[in-house]
Amino acid sequence: GRLLCGPGLRRSGTGLLVTKCGLLRHRQAGGAAPASGAYWVDSQQKRYVPVKGDHVIGIVTAKAGDVFKLDVGGSEQASLSYLAFEGATKRNRPNVQVGDLVYGQFLVANKDMEPEMVCIDSHGRSSGMGIIGQDGFLFKVSLGLIRKLLAPKCEIIQELSQLYPFELVLGMNGRIWVKAKTVQQTLIIVNILEACEYMTAEQRRQVLAKFSGN
Amino acid sequence: QVWQIRLDLHLLNHDGNITDAASIAGIVALCHFRRPDVAVQGEEVTVYTPEERDPVPLSIHHIPICVSFAFFQQGTYLLVDPSEREECVMDGVLVIAMNKHQEICTIQSSGGIMLVKDQVLRCSKITAVKVAEITELIQKALENDQKVRKEGGKFGFAESIPNQKITAFKMESAAVDTSNVEEQAEEIIAKADPPSEVFAKPILHTPGTAQIGEGIENSWGELEESEKEEAVEEEGESEEAPASDCQKMETEETSTMKETNKDEPIVLSDSEEEEVVILEPQELPRRTR
Repeated sequence: GRLLCGPGLRRSGTGLLVTKCGLLRHRQAGGAAPASGAYWVDSQQKRYVPVKGDHVIGIVTAKAGDVFKLDVGGSEQASLSYLAFEGATKRNRPNVQVGDLVYGQFLVANKDMEPEMVCIDSHGRSSGMGIIGQDGFLFKVSLGLIRKLLAPKCEIIQELSQLYPFELVLGMNGRIWVKAKTVQQTLIIVNILEACEYMTAEQRRQVLAKFSGN
Repeated sequence: QVWQIRLDLHLLNHDGNITDAASIAGIVALCHFRRPDVAVQGEEVTVYTPEERDPVPLSIHHIPICVSFAFFQQGTYLLVDPSEREECVMDGVLVIAMNKHQEICTIQSSGGIMLVKDQVLRCSKITAVKVAEITELIQKALENDQKVRKEGGKFGFAESIPNQKITAFKMESAAVDTSNVEEQAEEIIAKADPPSEVFAKPILHTPGTAQIGEGIENSWGELEESEKEEAVEEEGESEEAPASDCQKMETEETSTMKETNKDEPIVLSDSEEEEVVILEPQELPRRTR
């Protein structure tokens, strides 16, 4: 079968090299032959390196003519064209100001070029991307926590959603945007998400039980 | 001839106020550094290696430390040593560098805040107090390090990392059972293939070119990725597992040798290179990245 080398592994000649420290993981591909599926290394880091296809939250730092410059937490600022929004034309420009938050994906991201972002998918639809609304709170966490939260049926998000209703945007660059009904609720959710890095599931449930009791 | 010194600062992690932390790190590194001893006699200059003579410290005249102040609401609120969140929302910052003799070395104000004279004086008084504390801490740490090095104890970055924290990596040492190692070894040797024939006589083709033996097939074979990963994963287990694994790999190799020649295309997901298609005559095009 086909073998997939994921992040942290690099092919060199006939063998494999490990490029990051961490735990080696394996996922079987639908019960096929043993030499198939995917291998990757689960590593912990806070610094983000732009990768093509990743959905990230960027902060608009400059407007240069037809292109916005976004800070995505990488070594370079990403560029975003004003036409890369759903329904944007030369006459109908999106209302983007400096300091706004934008959720988009990388079209181009390699070590030789400046990263480029877009807020539409390959069909021309926005599919959840675009300018993130007013208010809310943006904060940074490690990349490992983001991957945990993005896993299907994440317990943390399910348990939190039973506490208060809130809006949540997760960027693969370690940035999370939260908005709840009141400032206090927003800050509670922010603190719980930050603490989830080091809490066990049991501790988390205790904390949430305290809040839902109040 | 003069000495040249270079200081590199690597920021590993921060929660705001990098200026203060970097200033402390920089000056302490310079205080801690030792340079080779030099003897000058007239025109002759002798530089002693660290083995010949103990290296000497640099001549540090004073220890300036930066203290940052964050201002909020047009100077109404003042915060010393702001954290990351506080830095994001502050109006402006005032940085004062001072040494323990209360001499101001640097004042820098950024962010466009208008400061009144007595605000600046108040800040410098706070700085004096903070710098006195920090300088004492630095002196104690340097003395401690010197003492430990003299006594032969453990010192350095690894020792100063606290390992009672949840964020510290720790590996517990596990005992390995070596009781039946010899039996395992005997078993493997007994079941292994006999060593290949040794050709002692070289065949001389032409002067300068000789050949020993016919050349045997590569008995290591081409390890498939899955076998290599198994070997990696089972390193932590007891000794019995790798022993049987080696045997398994040997028998598998001979059967999979033919398979690996065709080599399944291995797909990398994090490479940014364009797909390269290599066309080889009389073979199907193989995609390699």
